[in-house]
Amino acid sequence: MSSRDLILARIRRALTDVPRSETPADVPVDRGYARTHGERTAAERVALLAENLADYRARVHRTDAAGLPGLLARLLADRGARTVLVPAGLPTDWLAKTGSGTGSASGAGAGAEPGSGSGTARRVVDAAERTPRELAAVDSVVTGCAVAIAETGTLVLDGGPDQGRRRVSLVPDHHVCVVRVPEQVVDSVPQALDRLDPARPLTWISGPSATSDIELNRVEGVHGPRTLDVILVAD
Amino acid sequence: MPPRAAFPRAAAAAVGDARLRANLRHATHTIRAKRAAAVAELPDWELLRAAGAAIKDRTLRHLDHYLPRLEEAVTAAGGRVHWAADAAEANRIVVDLVRATGETEVVKVKSMATQEIGLNAALAREGITAYETDLAELIVQLGDDLPSHILVPAIHRNRGEIRDIFARRMGDWGRPAPEGLGDTPAELAEAARLHLREKFLTAKVGVSGANFMVAETGTMVVVESEGNGRMCLTLPETLISVVGVEKVVPTWRDLEVFLQLLPRSSTAERMNPYTSTWTGTTDGDGPHVFHLVLLDNGRTDALADTVGRQALRCIRCSACLNVCPVYERAGGHAYGSAYPGPIGAILTPQLRGTGTPLDASLPYASSLCGACYEVCPVAIDIPEVLVHLRERVVQGGQVTLRGTRTVIKPARGHAAERAALRAAAWAFDHPGVLRAGQRLAARTLRLHPRRLPGPGRAWSDSRALPEVPAESFRDWWLRTRGERDSHEQP
Amino acid sequence: MRVALFVTCVNDTLYPRTGRAVVTLLERLGVEVDFPAAQSCCGQPQYNTGYRHQAEPLVRRYAAAFRGYDYVVTPSGSCAAMVRDNYPRIGARAAAEGRGRELTEAAESAVPKTYELTEFLVDVLRVTDVGAYFPHTVTYHPTCHGLRLLGLRDRPRRLLAAVRGLKLVELPGAEECCGFGGTFAVKNAAVSAAMGADKARHIAATGAETVCTVDNSCRLHIGGTLARRGSPVRPVHLAEILASTEGDIW
Repeated sequence: MSSRDLILARIRRALTDVPRSETPADVPVDRGYARTHGERTAAERVALLAENLADYRARVHRTDAAGLPGLLARLLADRGARTVLVPAGLPTDWLAKTGSGTGSASGAGAGAEPGSGSGTARRVVDAAERTPRELAAVDSVVTGCAVAIAETGTLVLDGGPDQGRRRVSLVPDHHVCVVRVPEQVVDSVPQALDRLDPARPLTWISGPSATSDIELNRVEGVHGPRTLDVILVAD
Repeated sequence: MPPRAAFPRAAAAAVGDARLRANLRHATHTIRAKRAAAVAELPDWELLRAAGAAIKDRTLRHLDHYLPRLEEAVTAAGGRVHWAADAAEANRIVVDLVRATGETEVVKVKSMATQEIGLNAALAREGITAYETDLAELIVQLGDDLPSHILVPAIHRNRGEIRDIFARRMGDWGRPAPEGLGDTPAELAEAARLHLREKFLTAKVGVSGANFMVAETGTMVVVESEGNGRMCLTLPETLISVVGVEKVVPTWRDLEVFLQLLPRSSTAERMNPYTSTWTGTTDGDGPHVFHLVLLDNGRTDALADTVGRQALRCIRCSACLNVCPVYERAGGHAYGSAYPGPIGAILTPQLRGTGTPLDASLPYASSLCGACYEVCPVAIDIPEVLVHLRERVVQGGQVTLRGTRTVIKPARGHAAERAALRAAAWAFDHPGVLRAGQRLAARTLRLHPRRLPGPGRAWSDSRALPEVPAESFRDWWLRTRGERDSHEQP
Repeated sequence: MRVALFVTCVNDTLYPRTGRAVVTLLERLGVEVDFPAAQSCCGQPQYNTGYRHQAEPLVRRYAAAFRGYDYVVTPSGSCAAMVRDNYPRIGARAAAEGRGRELTEAAESAVPKTYELTEFLVDVLRVTDVGAYFPHTVTYHPTCHGLRLLGLRDRPRRLLAAVRGLKLVELPGAEECCGFGGTFAVKNAAVSAAMGADKARHIAATGAETVCTVDNSCRLHIGGTLARRGSPVRPVHLAEILASTEGDIW
């Protein structure tokens, strides 16, 4: 007998108290819990997102489409980023004021090309052949997101064109995530799951990397990005 | 896990360790108030809790329906599913899978299932080094120690001890700790970051567990904080996940319940920093080979017990440990298992049986205060199961062991207790006898010792004995209201 | 309304004063209370130690002893919880073992009429000011079974708050178990004693003269620990405070 058959047989023997006629749907699950915790206008929802992001030590910035390139350039410049990793599908105008050059991450330290805007960070476009070590050599990463959850202060990335591979938002030490508000913001976890496709690999991010492993106190900054900038871009 | 002393002895040793007690007290009290606040934010908590319990019950009562569906969905998404009846088989499967890659090193995400089966030791025997990457697991691994908490395996260590372990041992495993390492949590986390980064960037094989598996879609879910999980789940070429069969949930939608219950119960956060979900493999993103090892190892034995079954609802949040007054004083090691605390006291004797003195002592490692049940996000009535397992220990009876129904004998060492309680029950069922005993006790007041001999010493060493009053309530009533006393039975 | 007192074996033998206080209190409130002598122990020591079958005769005895009464009042949160939570379980298990519905019926007759003292006062008699006088500083330890199994919530506090002369002081870590736990106190003596020591330390820190519980088994443990440590704090059962009046201080 295979272990598969053995385990399934053990399960059936273990469940002799379950009537043969019972189906999974016969076991009641009361879904009377809340879909959202509170009624909010779109503006209130965005405000709550900002509040909860900040509560978990993300740095929150607000701007509009016209202001985005300048803000991004400033954040990267303030950080002193010489290179910035971008997913292949990141809208090109986002970094219009940063640096226009592209190149290999391994050359990151070899002097940045002058950019067309106010920032100087050189753009590094992610590609399948980039090794983890190349990604680790990049200073910052900019991505979009799929959904943001106001009640928990969570960003969800689903690998869409402006987000790229999961490792892109993981390996560099500084992550700038752009959220289009209000349309990408939902109130709650149940609403977020509704919007997401389980077939895609998802990364849910709530603040920078953290640990509670030393004396059960939360401290920020272990293996993931230690700085998380979130830009809420209004229509 | 080596078989160790029964719980009371190990716990007594821990009680005498002042530093351990201070560490545990500080950590568990820190998290208690935070958890309560995080839970209080959700007015529908009790409904979520009931839904969490119901979803798990639905799954468990139809596990033979959901596991094949999960297998089908994982396979369709490009994963490979393996079934392991016990720890040895699971370890063999993982060893073979690692060998097939040609690698001799793996990076690991913290996983209770692989602790339970002793995977690291099994890999080491085959010349494969497993690097634990969770900060607390790293502390345990570097310190040649054992985990003592489900969420925070190094909870028994304070910052000073952690600094010493890092300074002394990191060099043996890879990049040494920075010179002059301090003991602030930030410095310690930075040291772990530098130490492990090299491993992450070069690892070809990752090993993980999973918090949830969705039968409907074949999706795996790992909930974590540090990002070491994301590293292990996305950078290697091959990913092997070892997961208990009870971790399956029916639908994607069901996650809406558990992703609210787990972080608030566990680290007292609205949401943990990182949650990763993946379904099979994805072209160009993450490992291109994914193996899922489904683990029984006693779970179906627990499933066969209609009272004990509820322990399989557990989502490993560790809220019950953090509120348990016994855990706080005994520490995790006294439980002699990967699963300490109240949940361990009901899970371990079901997974391993009650055959050893240690496992038979675990159901008694509780004052039945009920704090664990109160905080459990899936409403496991831990006191109910503890009492049920006590019955199994002292009375024996029919149980399922490794898939086979068998009748076990009462555990040894309970004969005197059984006789005493039987005598008490008999006396209580004969109030005339009880009254005679009370009167005898009252008449012999002066003869009563201040400290008891034998097993009673355990009581009177730290607690004075009450004086037996001269007149029982029963006699007082008879003396003062006797005429109204309607019916005394013999 | 026919009201019976279930005094419990611990109170009958070790704390008869508590039983007398309940009688005094209820009679003062105009309730005629009876003490059926056929009663004994609820069976909790047997049940909680794993000897479910030995508890069964005591379930039958309880049901029989209190047959014909409308209310059974007990000054023990733990024993009330035993009846309410575990009698139905004992019945269900016996039925599952093919031994009929006898114990289930016993449980069904016992459960609805069993009230812990503060429940009876607040929910049935609808009284919180029982006319008591107790000129002492008191701290209250909510016992685990009263707190978590019965859900007594603020009933004992409301009753205490209405007692004239009484000053109630908060007990730090009040909701933590005192470490008694029946046979736990002997089987895991070291942990039990450590829990008791912490409880005693917290009680001492309040500066109260008196520590009050709704369960004398916990009082036995707390009192024994306080006495061994030479503490002057006096443990009492809530009923004894409520029975006290200006003319008759308990």
